[in-house]
Formats: sequence, structure tokens, C-alpha cells
Amino acid sequence: MSEGLFTQLLNLACGAFLLAAVVVLWRRELAAIVRLFALQGVALAAIALLLGLHENRWGLIVVAVGIGALRAGLLPYLIRRALKAFVAERDGGLGGHGGSEEARETQPLVNVAASLLTAAALTLLAYAVARPLVELDPTPATRALPVGLAVVLIGFFVLVTRRRALAQVVGFLLLDNGITATAFLAASGVPLIVELGVSFDVLLAVLVLQVLTVRVREAFGTTDIDDLRELHD
Amino acid sequence: MTAATALFLTAPAAVPLAVAAGYALTGSVRHELPRGLPTVRRAQDRRPQRAEKAAVVTAQGATSVSPRGEVADASPPGKSAVASSARARHPSDWAALASPTVILTCAALLAADRVDSGSVSAYSGLLRADALTAWMLLVVGAVAFIACASAPAHLAAERAAGSATAWTVWRYHMLVQTFLGAMCLAVVTGNLGVLWVAIEATTVVTAFLVGHRRTRTSVEAAWKYVVLCSAGIALAFLGTVLLYYAARQAGISEAWALDWPTLVARADRLDPAVTRLGISLVILGYGAKAGLVPLHAWLPDAHSQAPAPVSALMSGVLLAVAFAAILRYRVIADAALGPDFTRVLLAGIALLTLTLAAGLLLAQRDYKRMLAYSSMEHMSLIALAAAIGSPLALSAALLHIAGHGLAKATAFCASGRILQLRGTSKIGRVRGLLAQSPWLGALFGLAVVALLGFPPFSLFASELGIARAGFAAGAGLSWVTAAALLLVLIAFAALATRTARMLLGPGEPSGESPSALWPLVLGLMACAALGIATGPLGDLLTQAAAVLERP
Repeated sequence: MSEGLFTQLLNLACGAFLLAAVVVLWRRELAAIVRLFALQGVALAAIALLLGLHENRWGLIVVAVGIGALRAGLLPYLIRRALKAFVAERDGGLGGHGGSEEARETQPLVNVAASLLTAAALTLLAYAVARPLVELDPTPATRALPVGLAVVLIGFFVLVTRRRALAQVVGFLLLDNGITATAFLAASGVPLIVELGVSFDVLLAVLVLQVLTVRVREAFGTTDIDDLRELHD
Repeated sequence: MTAATALFLTAPAAVPLAVAAGYALTGSVRHELPRGLPTVRRAQDRRPQRAEKAAVVTAQGATSVSPRGEVADASPPGKSAVASSARARHPSDWAALASPTVILTCAALLAADRVDSGSVSAYSGLLRADALTAWMLLVVGAVAFIACASAPAHLAAERAAGSATAWTVWRYHMLVQTFLGAMCLAVVTGNLGVLWVAIEATTVVTAFLVGHRRTRTSVEAAWKYVVLCSAGIALAFLGTVLLYYAARQAGISEAWALDWPTLVARADRLDPAVTRLGISLVILGYGAKAGLVPLHAWLPDAHSQAPAPVSALMSGVLLAVAFAAILRYRVIADAALGPDFTRVLLAGIALLTLTLAAGLLLAQRDYKRMLAYSSMEHMSLIALAAAIGSPLALSAALLHIAGHGLAKATAFCASGRILQLRGTSKIGRVRGLLAQSPWLGALFGLAVVALLGFPPFSLFASELGIARAGFAAGAGLSWVTAAALLLVLIAFAALATRTARMLLGPGEPSGESPSALWPLVLGLMACAALGIATGPLGDLLTQAAAVLERP
């Protein structure tokens, strides 16, 4: 692969990666948000794959395939399964109308237009913060590094402003995708044993959150996190 | 490296995991486990009294504003079937003591082994022990011993009250053992990536322990705990990644770029700007896990909702293990950036956390939350000591970690007994504890006295050490130390008056049987012994502090 083509493809993948995170802020249907998250997983795997091909490292290509399977396949599947369970239960119990309530982010704390503007501001912030990181070793990969930080910040934003439990889980996963992308762009990924441990932890965290979402619904009758306000001082 | 050393390094993490696997096997053979995700209904079929309580809770939820968890606890225990299971002996509860014993033994052997050899490592640096590791392992082992030894009494009372079944007890043991294994791994690893994986694993493992009662409050606490800690600690991973990037650019090979001793040795070659960003994220991230501002919000909720022995472990050692990670990173940061950066950062965080903890202690009406805020107070004192960074301050910080672990484990285990006895965690509704059950009341009172920093308990020595080091460290830090001492006094007053309110007053003597309280006596005695004379541990403490000194 020529240097120019590599750079273009890498930038394309990074663009798609960032765009997926931004569009998450725009959509309200949880199903669409999960689909976008899966798409972002594909873009992340593509970034790792391109780096692997460029540096001729087979290990990295294998990691890319694994990342793709986890973040574009397994994790979205788990969230979608939890979502389906809620919607089906509601439809059965309340005559078909309640399901859509659980499947939508009805009223995020910040409205869509303001969210998109915030995302733009956060991206600028990421570019400003990442200046020293890029200057340390200006290659095509590290030049794209601010994209990873931007997705981390957007993930945090989703985490704190969304009210549905599953939307918060997606926020956490966006944050994690951003960190993984940063690791790939900065240093072609962390060592394999750490990458394995991290992926395992993230998978477990999502499983735990999925079970907790079910329990939140059992205890509170909804997955609206705003109702979780019994513990305070 | 000898085979014996490799064994001592592997055992602290491997044995708890093996015990967990043992519980998993025997549990799945002996008890019929609920299958599939929606386990609640199935579980309720088997224990009708539980379903009744759930109904009580939901009914109250519809009418009253705050159906707290203790509503379920306060309701009368189930009758006939429960009484027999309470009297039955449960030897499997005691098997959990195997891991703390192994951890303590390995820690002692490692301490003896490396006193003259600096550090030992195995599996190309993935497992590594120096004096600090041995010290932390001793603390983890000692606190785990208290927690695991109090667990049988706690679980027996839960069984008697009908709020624990074979399945929940089985799960409790398995999760606690895995939790211990993950903490030990975090302590004995020399690789910063593995350290992160182990600390995040503790979050995942303890989530169900925090939410084990399945009431509204405990589910809420578990949710906040997982989301805040995972997100916070994700920042620490981002920081680790940035540090890895800086290390690779400094010419360190892939296999060693996350190795702590390698990074310390070559810290002067790391790019300062990248390191600064990375270290800030790491301190913020592990600070979330250590209960430091700004990501501390999970702590009072999780500590107040978890079962008492788990609260003891979380407060006594989980916070300390996360803090040990911060201490390790601080060495790298100081070598790369000079001491001022972490000094300002840690001193600022310490003062903010202390202010918050003292303020909320003043308004506290729940004794488990009171203990949780007291943990934040003590963590910020350790942060202050880390900011000062002189040898005296560092030894005081490590001694404080040990003393706080022992005293807080005792206090939390005692508070669990009080909760079972009185069915409420409100301070106002607990009165005359000393009159009702003198042993329990005295032990709880003494644990709080230890936490307040009275001699002979070791927190007196360590707080004195931190104060002395602070006033000797120059004008800026003297002011910070003075402010911190003032805030500690406020917290002291709040803690003392509230505990006095619980202990004093008239009460019916209940004819308690103090035999189950021996682990608490042991914990307080250890804390006092450490305060009177460090004995053979003195050398270890000095060397552990030397590991953390600025190169």
C-alpha cells in the first residue's frame, strides 16, 4: 500500500469513527444508536487493520479482527438483546404502546442542537489538547489522534446527559472506543496481554451493566436514570 | 529468581481465584442454580418471605418518597423454615479464610526474601514484588482476614433473617474471593497495563456485591458504582496509553514500555508535555477508585449498601490499592516532570476531598455513610502525605493505609452487626448501644476512637507523622497542612458526637454472645500494636517508603 493511499484510507476511517459518535447525539431511537455504535466498531477495526497492513504486522491484523468481532458484533448484540427484552415485555404488558417509551431517549438533559454544538466544541478542545501529542511524532497516524480524544469527550458527554440506562451504556462504550482508537493511532495499540485484559474487562462491564439495567427496571419500573435519586445527602 | 519466589508471587492472586473456583464448583453441584437472566422471580418462588418483603417495598414505593433498604431489613424475619437453617453449621463459610492466610504468609515470606535483594520478579516482569508490594499485601491479607472471619456470623444472621439463601451465599463467597484475587494481582504486578486490568476487574466483580440486596437503594448504588468507576478508571487507561506512547517515543521497546521499574529508570527521557497529560488523567482516574474528588460520588452509596464485610474490604483495602497505584505513578511523574506538578495536583485534590468529606460528615444521619465519608477523609490525608513526599510523609502515608484499613474494617463489620440488631442504619434510631450489647458497642466505639486518631492506635502515629512532615516541608505546604488539620478537627467533632449519640443512652441488655466478635478484637489489637511499636515491620515500612521516594 502506498503512503498516500494509506493516509487517505486512514483519514477516511477516522472520519467515519468520529462521525458515528456525533450522529449518536443526533438520534433518539436506542436501536439506531446501537447500530451507530456497531458502525463505529467497524471503523475502529478498519483503523487497526490499516495500521497492521501498513506496518506489515500480522499480530495487529489479528487484533483488528478480534476488536471488530467484539465491538461491532458482540457488544451491540448484547445491548440489542436487552433492548428487545424491554420492548417485548412492555408490549405484552401494556397493549403495544409502552414499548416505544423504553426504546427512545425521550428527553435528554441537553437538546439535540445544543448537543451537536457541544460535540463541535469538544472536538476543537480535543485538537487543542492533543497538540503536544502530535508534535512528539508527526506521522499520518498520530495526526489523526485527536479524533480518538474527541470521541472520548463525546462519550463522556453522552454518559452524563442521557437518561436511559442503555444510552448511558453506549456512552461508556463510545468512551472506550475512543481510548482504543487513541492507543492504535499513538502506538499501534497496547501490548497484546493488556489488550486482551482490557477487552475482557469491557465485555464483563457491559454484561454487568446489562444485568443491572434489568434490575433497575424491576426495582423502578423504568430505565430512566433520573429516577435513581434515593441515595443522597 | 528461584521457584520459591515465583510461587510467593503467584500464590496471593492465584489462591483466592482457586478458592473462588472451588466455591463455583461445589456450589453448582450442591445447589440448584437459577438459570437465565431474570432470576428474581425464580428465586422468589423458593422463598416466599422474600417475595412478601418485595411487596412491602413496592407498596411503600408507590406511596412514600423514600422506601429505604432498611424497610426490608426491619420487617419481621420469616418463621419456621428459616430457624432451622440458621442453626445449621456452615463450614464452607470458614473455607474463605484460606485465602487471607495464604496472602499473609506470602507477604511475610516476600518481605523476608527481598529485604536484602531490592525486588524480585517473575514472568518477564508481569509479577514483581518490592518492599511496597510486601507492605500492601500484608494490609490486604490482614483486612481480608478480618472481613472473611466476620463473614460467617454476618451470613448466619442474614440466613436467620431470611434475606440470604444458599444461592446468594454461594455467589457472595465466589465474588469476594475473586475480588481478593484481583486486588492481590493489582498489588503484585509490575506492569501498569495489568495493574489497570486488575483494578477495573475489582469494579466488575464487586458490582453485584454492592447490589446484592436488590432493593431500590442497592440497585441504584450498584448502577452508580459501575458507571462512575468504569468511566473514571477509563480515564486512567487513557492516561496509561499516553504514557505508553511517550515511552515508545523515548525508545523503550514494546514489551517494557509499561513496566514500572523501566519507566522509573528512564523517566527523564519521557516527553514532559505528553507525560503531564497522561499523569493528570491517571491521577484523576485512579482517584475515582480511591474516592477522591471529583469522581467520588459512588463511594458513600456503595459503602452504605454493600454487605458489611464487603464494605470493610472496599473501604479498608480497595481504596488503598487504588491509591498505591497513584503512589507508583507519582514516582514516574516526579522523575519526568519534577516534584511540583504532582505536589500541587495532589495537595489540591486532598484539600477539596477533605472539605467535602468534613462538610458532609457534619450533616450525616446514616452511620454507614458516616463511615464512608470518614474513608474519604482518611484518603485525602494520604493524598496530602503523597503531596508532601518526604521520607517521613511517605512512611506515615503507608502506616496510615494499614491503620485505616484495620480500624475501618473493624468499624464496618461492627456496623453490619448493629444494622442486623437494630434493623436501621439511621443514627437517630440507634441509642443505648453500650447498654444493649456492651461488647459490640465497645468495639464499635473503640474502632471510631481509632479512626479519630487517638493513641495507642497507629492512626495517631501516622497523622502525627503527616503533620510533622507537612510543617517541615516549606511555607506553601505548611498552610495546606494547617488547613487540613482544621478540617480534620471538624470531621473529628462530627464523628465523635454522632458515635456518642449511638453508644450512650438507656437500653435493654440483650444478653449478647460476644464469641462471634473475635475478628474485630483482633483487628483493633493489630491496629493498636502497630501504633505502639512497628517491631519487625519497621524495616519493611522504611524500605517501602524508600521505593516511593523521588529518584
